[in-house]
Amino acid sequence: MKSVCLYFQIHQPFRLKTYRFFDIGNDHQYYDEYQNRSIIRRIAQKSYLPANKILLSLIHQLGSDFRVSFSISGIAFDQFEMYAPEVLDSFRQLAATGQVEFLGETNAHSLASLKDEEEFREQVRVHREKVRFYFNQEPMTFRNTELIYSDRIGAMVYDLGFQTMLTEGAKHILGWKSPNYMYCNAINPKLKVLLRNFNLSDDIAFRFSEKAWSEWPLTAGKFAGWLSRVDPREEVVNLFMDYETFGEHQWEETGILRFLSKMPEKVIKESGFVFRTPSQLNEMLQPVSMIHVPNTVSWADEERDLTAWLGNEMQDEAFSKLYALSDKMRECNNVQLLSDWRYLQTSDHFYYMCTKWFSDGEVHKYFNPYPSPYEAFINYMNVLSDFSLRVDQHYSSRRRFSRSLVTISEEGATANEKDMLVWSGIEVVPKIYLKKAMKQVNAASLASALHQATNECKERLVSCLGRRALNEYVSLSPLEVNTSEQEVSLAREHILNQIRAALKND
Amino acid sequence: MSKKIKILMFGWEFPPHISGGLGTACYGLTKGLMKHNTEVHFVVPKAYGDEDGEVVRIVNASEENVALTAENLREYAKTLTFTEIDSLLTPYMDPVEYERIREEVSRETRLESLRQFKTKFEFSGKYGANLMEEVARYAMVGASIAARSEFDVIYAHDWLTYQAGIAAREASGKPLVVHLHATEFDRSGENVNQQVYEIERKGLHAADLVIAVSHFTRNVAIERYGVDPDKIITVHNAVEPPAEEIEIKQQKHFSEKVVTFLGRITYQKGPEYFIEAARLILDRDPNVRFVMAGSGDLMNKMVRRVAQLGMATRFHFTGFLRGQNIDRLFAITDVFVMPSVSEPFGIVPLEAMRSNVPVVISKQSGVSEILRHALKVDFWDTEGLADAIYGLLHYKALSDTFSHYGKYEVDNLKWENAAAKVVEVYKQAIAL
Repeated sequence: MKSVCLYFQIHQPFRLKTYRFFDIGNDHQYYDEYQNRSIIRRIAQKSYLPANKILLSLIHQLGSDFRVSFSISGIAFDQFEMYAPEVLDSFRQLAATGQVEFLGETNAHSLASLKDEEEFREQVRVHREKVRFYFNQEPMTFRNTELIYSDRIGAMVYDLGFQTMLTEGAKHILGWKSPNYMYCNAINPKLKVLLRNFNLSDDIAFRFSEKAWSEWPLTAGKFAGWLSRVDPREEVVNLFMDYETFGEHQWEETGILRFLSKMPEKVIKESGFVFRTPSQLNEMLQPVSMIHVPNTVSWADEERDLTAWLGNEMQDEAFSKLYALSDKMRECNNVQLLSDWRYLQTSDHFYYMCTKWFSDGEVHKYFNPYPSPYEAFINYMNVLSDFSLRVDQHYSSRRRFSRSLVTISEEGATANEKDMLVWSGIEVVPKIYLKKAMKQVNAASLASALHQATNECKERLVSCLGRRALNEYVSLSPLEVNTSEQEVSLAREHILNQIRAALKND
Repeated sequence: MSKKIKILMFGWEFPPHISGGLGTACYGLTKGLMKHNTEVHFVVPKAYGDEDGEVVRIVNASEENVALTAENLREYAKTLTFTEIDSLLTPYMDPVEYERIREEVSRETRLESLRQFKTKFEFSGKYGANLMEEVARYAMVGASIAARSEFDVIYAHDWLTYQAGIAAREASGKPLVVHLHATEFDRSGENVNQQVYEIERKGLHAADLVIAVSHFTRNVAIERYGVDPDKIITVHNAVEPPAEEIEIKQQKHFSEKVVTFLGRITYQKGPEYFIEAARLILDRDPNVRFVMAGSGDLMNKMVRRVAQLGMATRFHFTGFLRGQNIDRLFAITDVFVMPSVSEPFGIVPLEAMRSNVPVVISKQSGVSEILRHALKVDFWDTEGLADAIYGLLHYKALSDTFSHYGKYEVDNLKWENAAAKVVEVYKQAIAL
């Protein structure tokens, strides 16, 4: 029996407030609380809640033949928690039916997969915990921000424990092939890939209310008819779209909610399809072939590439300035800084800076708080300037503290006490400085210095080695390590000097 | 090919005697019209000469005594008829004054001198009677030319020519199209001259169709003059490409970035908003210099305000600039600002962009309706203005984008395209 895979994306960014340059250094509250709250409240009332109600009654009505899947970005979770907790309850009700799959993604709805693998992994981890927390489900299917996908990203996602991934059935990756089959990743064939059928998806998401469209008005029966005409050998039709399609992008007056409530039954009864989730499909279907995607694709705009977020001078500048902070943020334990760091990574900020919207206007203008991409850029850069200042301040206080520890005065301390104090200082030194210092230290000398050092200290310093030095260090035989008292203290002194130098020259 | 449209045009100055925005626009439009199968009979008041002489002289363009010295006009000579009328109806006070102004390739003089002229007339009464008389006499001339010539449509530019347009319409029965470049409200704020306002109102109402230089001006015509919205069409101005690209080399003798205001220092141009924005920026970043180029009735007040804010070492007044000095100023400018309170179009930002200078303009300017690569703020939003300037000064990706694409954008604004729209308006007027 053929399948329909219904998947809905739910995401709303924390939009920034108007942040002037003279706020830099003074004001660390970046978000337009009023706007964010009112948008979430409005969409909850117009779309999420009524659509959830429809889906719930469909599940009761149609039984196991009807299943849907969602991905809710971590930022959307946070906003529901703050502004519309009843939406979370309503999703919990859906989850409790056991017929709804929740997908994994990056917590911040970010573009980290393109730039920073470590950050990407971390965000996926955080998001996975949220799905566990809210729905008691282990996400097994992954959906990257805006269906961004490449062979490399797919392989990375499999390593993170996902079995299936969704992406766009873009013409230029499919060529003559049909999106209506199961495919697999070109690097790691164990990852199965489902491709969006953009014709049928966009008939609902974009064209539904377009009166100039020759198929208008689209009825449940007509749509079921289209599905029955799908080639009988094909296996699955993937309908992926924004959840806001129902009631917000398309208003209730267009009949979209009625369509949603009628379409599944028609499809099941008249075209012989069954609604399945990506994980079910993963078990049922074998890949027909690999899908080769050497260049990254997404579901955005005509081009189905990344140009909605990256590519113009301003987007690239903002993006690289943001991720230049990665190293520092990696070790940051300040909750407020971390939370801002994630919210600033949300892809929407870059979307607002897109200059294509002069031509691709309609979609890009939707919910765009800025009159032009230039205002978007200025505002974002002002906020980012303040954020960088805060990160620097956070670091310079840590740096001062660690410097005082590693350069503690000799007076009044026995050699042993001094040694202890100094080495415990290493645990406070931010890794970016340790990494710098360790570049100047060879493996043998490090091994001597670490003789009889604490495990924490060993782990910390070794983790700061570059790849080559690490190989060298690991392959050292114990015989090669000079553990004479004199050599150990010389080696320690050398390392400390390098760390002091690194702390000084920032 | 459709029939050639013959136009009787009542204009202002014509090359080489161009002194300001209106003249530049008339010239650009006329050149553009030539590319659209039209024949233009251009009637201009002569700026100097003997008033008692021959009232109307229809000049054949092939004759030697034609004032068309600009090289690029010769090619149009076949389809352009040019008429000069000896008349006092001119923005220039006297031949001496005229010589001075003629040398200014000035953006501001036209309005500037018109104001001076009007002011004098208001205060002394000496020119007053003459001005209105001249307007009337120009109108009579218009009627007489109209009665004797063959044409399809009458085309008049701004208030001084409206009466001539109306008279020509009455004499010939041909449709009148008036081109609204600026209104009395743009020139005088709320203290409008009632006589001028009346002439404008009559002209706009008598016209079969009105062309406004921006939606902004169109709205003024609808709201302040009660013109029927259906008969006003917006046609935005364009900009003439420079005759040749001259590389201006100007050494900057200091390291600070430069933010420039260039225009009349009058209420309409919003100079005080520029100063307040400068203060906000200097509070945060002393490495910026601000330049206010131009002169006007608010100049002294602005100088005092700058002194009062204690930023005179970072804020400079150049006085009135002309010709090359403007290009040299643009060459060292990092951001150009036009915070106008009311600006029917505003051509200076286009000239800045042509020199690769990023611009910030007020939303209350006609030019903001067509520009993409310009930051637009409300003139009263000093914080927004400061933030836009700061952004262009500090975020290189942004200023690079503006300077590159801004030039490209301006280079693509063509009079030819504006003229095509004007021709459509003619056709509509003729069909009415």
